[in-house]
Amino acid sequence: MNKFKTIAVSSASLLAACGISLGTASASDEPFAVGFATFLSGPVSGPVGAPSRNGVELIAEAINDGSLPAPYSGQGIGGRELTIQYVDEASEALDEYRNLVTRSGVDAVIGYASSGSCVSIAPEAEASETLTLFYYCGSTRIFEEDTREYVFRTMNSQDVENIAAAHYLAEFHPDANTVAGINQNYGWGQDSWRDFVSASTQLNPDTEVSVELWPQLFSGQYGSELTRLARAGSDILHTSFWGGDLDAFLLQSAPRGLLEDQIGVLTTGGTAYASIADQIPDGTIIGVRGNGGALSADSPMNDWFRESYIEKFGEEPTFPAYYGAQALLALKAAGDLAASEAGEPPSVDQVRLSLKGIEYEAPTGTVSLSRHNGHQAATELAYGRVQRVDGTPTLVDIRRYSPECVVAPDGFTSREWIEAGFPGAQCN
Amino acid sequence: MDLLVAIIVDGLIYASWLFTVAAGLTLIFGVMRVLNMAHGSFYAIGAYSAATAAGWYYATGWPGYLGLPVMALAAIIPGMIAGIAVERGVLRFLHGREEVVMVLVTFGALLIFEDLLIMIWGAQSYYAFQPYGLFGSTSLAGLRFVNYDFLVIGFTAVIAFALWWSINRTRRGKLLKAVIHDREVSMAFGINVNRLFLVTFAVGAGLGALAGAMSAPAIAVTPGLGIEVIVLAFAVVVTGGLGSIEGALIGAILIGIARAAAVNLVPEVELFVIYAVMAAVLVFRPRGLFAAASARRI
Repeated sequence: MNKFKTIAVSSASLLAACGISLGTASASDEPFAVGFATFLSGPVSGPVGAPSRNGVELIAEAINDGSLPAPYSGQGIGGRELTIQYVDEASEALDEYRNLVTRSGVDAVIGYASSGSCVSIAPEAEASETLTLFYYCGSTRIFEEDTREYVFRTMNSQDVENIAAAHYLAEFHPDANTVAGINQNYGWGQDSWRDFVSASTQLNPDTEVSVELWPQLFSGQYGSELTRLARAGSDILHTSFWGGDLDAFLLQSAPRGLLEDQIGVLTTGGTAYASIADQIPDGTIIGVRGNGGALSADSPMNDWFRESYIEKFGEEPTFPAYYGAQALLALKAAGDLAASEAGEPPSVDQVRLSLKGIEYEAPTGTVSLSRHNGHQAATELAYGRVQRVDGTPTLVDIRRYSPECVVAPDGFTSREWIEAGFPGAQCN
Repeated sequence: MDLLVAIIVDGLIYASWLFTVAAGLTLIFGVMRVLNMAHGSFYAIGAYSAATAAGWYYATGWPGYLGLPVMALAAIIPGMIAGIAVERGVLRFLHGREEVVMVLVTFGALLIFEDLLIMIWGAQSYYAFQPYGLFGSTSLAGLRFVNYDFLVIGFTAVIAFALWWSINRTRRGKLLKAVIHDREVSMAFGINVNRLFLVTFAVGAGLGALAGAMSAPAIAVTPGLGIEVIVLAFAVVVTGGLGSIEGALIGAILIGIARAAAVNLVPEVELFVIYAVMAAVLVFRPRGLFAAASARRI
């Protein structure tokens, strides 16, 4: 199925342009209306919301212009012009979702950085039969607690980056046994720490937790925590801090030399690396929640994305920009595929059916919706290590873990898979 | 030994930050009976302005330590201007109204300022980290502490003393105390209460902005900054007694030490301990540690 879809996607883009002329006047000739929800205000807007929106905006323009690089061609979503309404996730995400569906009448919704938003919106999407693509939230609960027909996620879930971090440590620091954790005190932080410790214990049975700290989300002041971590004197320091909290933690730890004494594992460190790399010591391990941003691999599509982004917004795209783009490209790929199969601009439901199990190209590489009945993406996941090269912070020792190595196969919850010792994993 | 040092030093560093944030808030409430939710905005204005000034100053290559007064001035001036705008533009029409009205009005101002800050500075993060590592670090009991944080402790002590001295040892301070005690009688005696309110609000806003400037080197200045600190600032002033500078100082120290102890001894309760201290104080002293006795009016 996937192979068929991959081949079909490659040729579908060309046919999609023809779809416009083949189609007769119908509802499918109308614009394809998408609501895009992310944090446009509040503390999450800077590190996540703004770049995500930028990534979507860039791709949306290219879709309508027909200027996306190969393998895409043709304009719109299967020939239908794309319109996007941007919504602030910071204000009552579920209510705004309902507004998008009922008042604005969008065809599909892409969005949501917060796992809390995704967990509450997934059942609503199913109940209202609205095509919904989650682009950033990480909770494994979305697909492990229920079967979905209308909900898709176009990036890995949160467990994957922590499994990959454990693999990276097992390869580069096999003798580092004591681990400390500082994670925000809510679902994201707790789940990340749990999965990291479980995976590390599987790969290195001598793993020992020295201290675990749970500061409040957006706390911003970490003096006491830094002292506690220094007193613990662990080999490894894991954190899933993100955005401003991660920046503040790094800025406050730099003069104390904490990450010079302990190996930092920053699972979302890519944004901090983009903005305050000078403050990150050599040896610190950086993740990007997938394969985007500072750890994206060179490819014609990535080169186009980076150059276009810098030209339009005047800055490097950080990894949230990549994942926003990745979600919208899923819609483009599925729409073009559906158009080629139908011979006319597709309906929303045709797009939804084409999304199932689709494999498509994004600036991050190949994305495959190959988990949870074709609704959950499994992508490569990269980690690297900061090293000054001629005085410039650079990411070296980059490892890209394949989905077969770090993503739980269907039939397991991620927790079961980790605790069973990753049965069936192929990590060569 | 290292545990004791960790709790005391980190507790005092955190307390200094809390006090600088809370001082302006409690000053404004003490004089004007305005529970100023917009105080978080003044903090954010100070942080953004200081970060912008730091970006400019440290690009010049001039001496690093001179950047601190530049950042402080860059924060205080727009902070006070914003304070004057809120007081003259809105609050002066509402003096004497119920405190809950003031809370709602200043909350509205907070939301407006949030949007204004995004319009001016955008959604991206700003950094002013250069001064944070400028003064090096000091080892105590084998633990490294950042000297900038010790500087903040010293500066906080100066602010606390200056506020106490201004209110208790100057003529204008005595006028202020008369207004605090009885606004109507003060007006009858010819005190220009409206002008005192304006000055108080501007100074309180300037203190909030200064707190933002002092914090900026150790954080990423991002949208929503002001909303996050206002809750903590309220916890401090409620613990110390609304309107009491001494109370805010003691409340900040209590909360700072308790938090540092929790992080080092029982990290699981870190989130809870700040509000546990506040609740424990309020159980025994419902108006806070240093709440002034209020005259009964017939």
